[in-house]
Amino acid sequence: MAGVSSDPGFLVSTLEKGVNWARTRSMWPATFGLACCAIEMMGTGAAHNDLSRFGMEVFRASPRQADLMIVAGRVSQKMAPVLRQVYDQMAEPKWVISMGACASSGGMFNNYALVQGVDEVVPVDIYVPGCPPGPQSLMHGILTLHEQIMSGESQRSSGRL
Amino acid sequence: MTQDTNGAEGPVTENAELAVGPVPEVESIKTLLEAFEDATFEVRSYASSDVTYHAISVPVGDWVAFAETAKAAGYDLFVDLAGIDHFSEAPRFEVVLNLVSMTESQRIIVSTRVPYDDPTVPTVTGVFVGANFYEREAYDLVGIDFPGHPDLTRILMPDDWEGHPLRKDYDIGAIPVEFKSGSVDL
Amino acid sequence: MTDGPEASDTNQALVPDDVAPDDVVSPDTISPESLSVSEERLKQHEIWVSGTEERMPFAKTTDEGAQEILPRDLDPALSIQRGTAVEDDFVHPIPVVDDERQIINIGPQHPSTHGVLRLQVELEGETVRRVKPIIGYLHTGMEKTAETLTYAQGSTNVTRMDYLSPFHNELAYSLAVEQILGIGVPERADAIRILMTELNRVASHLLSTATMGMDIGAVSMLIYGWREREICLDFFEKTTGLRMNHNYIRPGGVAADLPDGWRDDVVQLIETVNGGVDEYEELLNENPIFLDRTIGVGVLTPQEVKQYGITGPVARASGIDWDLRKSMPYSGIEKYDFEVPTGLHGDVNDRYHIRIAEIRESLKICQQVLETIPGGDYRNPDPKVTPPPRKRIDESMEALIHHFKLFTSGIEVPPGTAYQSVEGPRGEIGCYLVSKGGTKPWRMHWRAPSFAVVQSLPAMVSDSLIADLIAALSSTDPVLGDVDR
Repeated sequence: MAGVSSDPGFLVSTLEKGVNWARTRSMWPATFGLACCAIEMMGTGAAHNDLSRFGMEVFRASPRQADLMIVAGRVSQKMAPVLRQVYDQMAEPKWVISMGACASSGGMFNNYALVQGVDEVVPVDIYVPGCPPGPQSLMHGILTLHEQIMSGESQRSSGRL
Repeated sequence: MTQDTNGAEGPVTENAELAVGPVPEVESIKTLLEAFEDATFEVRSYASSDVTYHAISVPVGDWVAFAETAKAAGYDLFVDLAGIDHFSEAPRFEVVLNLVSMTESQRIIVSTRVPYDDPTVPTVTGVFVGANFYEREAYDLVGIDFPGHPDLTRILMPDDWEGHPLRKDYDIGAIPVEFKSGSVDL
Repeated sequence: MTDGPEASDTNQALVPDDVAPDDVVSPDTISPESLSVSEERLKQHEIWVSGTEERMPFAKTTDEGAQEILPRDLDPALSIQRGTAVEDDFVHPIPVVDDERQIINIGPQHPSTHGVLRLQVELEGETVRRVKPIIGYLHTGMEKTAETLTYAQGSTNVTRMDYLSPFHNELAYSLAVEQILGIGVPERADAIRILMTELNRVASHLLSTATMGMDIGAVSMLIYGWREREICLDFFEKTTGLRMNHNYIRPGGVAADLPDGWRDDVVQLIETVNGGVDEYEELLNENPIFLDRTIGVGVLTPQEVKQYGITGPVARASGIDWDLRKSMPYSGIEKYDFEVPTGLHGDVNDRYHIRIAEIRESLKICQQVLETIPGGDYRNPDPKVTPPPRKRIDESMEALIHHFKLFTSGIEVPPGTAYQSVEGPRGEIGCYLVSKGGTKPWRMHWRAPSFAVVQSLPAMVSDSLIADLIAALSSTDPVLGDVDR
């Protein structure tokens, strides 16, 4: 649902914008690197393509402290329940980026072993294509997510704040 | 210059009778094969290289004994163990063991065949501890039984999975993809 | 053992004659209550498990493979521990479980497990008594997928197995295909292949040293290692079009020639990476914390290495001087002059030093390739194997037809079986290819180097601390894409 549903007034809508601004400026990813895309995700966090300029270099190991889950890599049948469990452990507001072709749609592995797209398991906000997507593609995806949050396009929790 | 993959010097015998067949040039392999009459072998050479290796076929009854003898003869680096499903050939399943002798820089690939109605190959975990995971994988994916294995359970697929994915009668499990006709055919 | 099946009860037949029938535990009734702690009971279980002349049914005898560890007294099967397991008895009885012990789970989602590896550890305080690696969380069915892809497409599949050394995977696959086809590649193609694989070794070791430093606590090592790795990845992108998973080394040669200006790039790369490695050594070599955490940790004896089939830096750290580049050379690597570093102690520190030394040796090889690379074709001109150059398709009908055949149906490979392996950064990467004619493989089995190493984890870390477990695990540098395929 794009935009604010009803107009709650000047004070609250500015507050909401402020809250959205704060959410995007220190969105901490949970480490969910699975395969080759994880290496590119680590590369995005490293010095050349620096994620910490967006406040995101802290990859929290514990999902309870993370806002963003970047599913980087191929999700096998055995891993799918684990993925769901980690997602459930994250506190609202939370977002999911599906990084790479395998996470978005099963990639080149259209077979018995992989879940054909993590959106069968968790709701996804942004799909980043590539095999693996370079750090620049991933950053574009992350920044698009930031824009979506800032503009209110992607709403979380009870909808108002 | 083409390299013949079937590099044996003479006719490779189908079964037994090594008396009139070719003899391997490598001393240790020659001794090994002399101890096992029913073993047949083939020499293959690497691409882009002068390296050769011997592919030896033994009946399943000699499997563990061959592994032990090979290990005692210096082929003590365990490299690989795999299961293969030759669907329409009988016997249907093949198990392949890859050993290396580091002192002689020689590799042997030993294989044995077992039929569909009795896919059992005795375990070599008593000879090489490292065969443990490999045999579990062969059981999990191809469905070959290894009596004597301490823990023959699924290793790569979830525990409650049914079927053995790498068998030829197991579907690849592809989902239909729009506008991509002819993408996967078995 | 028994004489033969009894008339009524087949289970009865699997038990030796000198055991009273009431004491028999049939496979259907094995439960924690029916097994007591005594050694005789374990021995009975052992005899039953060891197989008889009867065909053993497919029933599972333990839950060991399942997602749990059994308490020790029910657990005759978890025998891969240090000491007796390797040389003497394979299964040895294990004493009673202790109340002080606790089973916890590390992974599969965990920052230090180098991928989705799950470790169940039984802890007594901070000491690891048993560890059980559970894998399969990244199983992608690549070996089955390979049966549905043509030989030209096969490179795209195998390159994603050991995703830190994609060139080595492609090389093993291409060499296996070429072995069945019986063709060779031009010398320039060989030299390019060696250049790319050795640079890949550098990039992979940089990453593994970086992550090892991070796991041990030197987090800045992660950033330094990646800094130099980015230079290698830039070169890969310039040559192959991709930073990772290149699909560059194909049966018949390589996909494209080296780009203009590659010599300057490689010279620059060698200089910068050598300087970077000097920095890492300055950071870590004499650091007392690093030394404390790595010396004497995660030791593997040479016997264990050979039994488990471990190759690569981990094996060389234990003193086993085995490198496929020297013993079973491929693609003309015997022309280059380089050394293979070997360790003495088999611990984490040795593995670190070996990787650092291997980076330098690989850069030496790259320098020699730079100086001695011949001109010529970068792929085998046989039109049945390599597609013709793009220009010729406009000129020649035959070229167009060959191009069409190769990209729709693929390379025709005669029936045959081949195994060829290369020395990857983690050990022997091998491709066992079975072809029954046609354009797609019948079976492709991949010899994964990290599979053996993950299996040996219990032997490495039993009776050490959790911190040692993490250090040892990261020093073996497992890549789960390889382990699970």
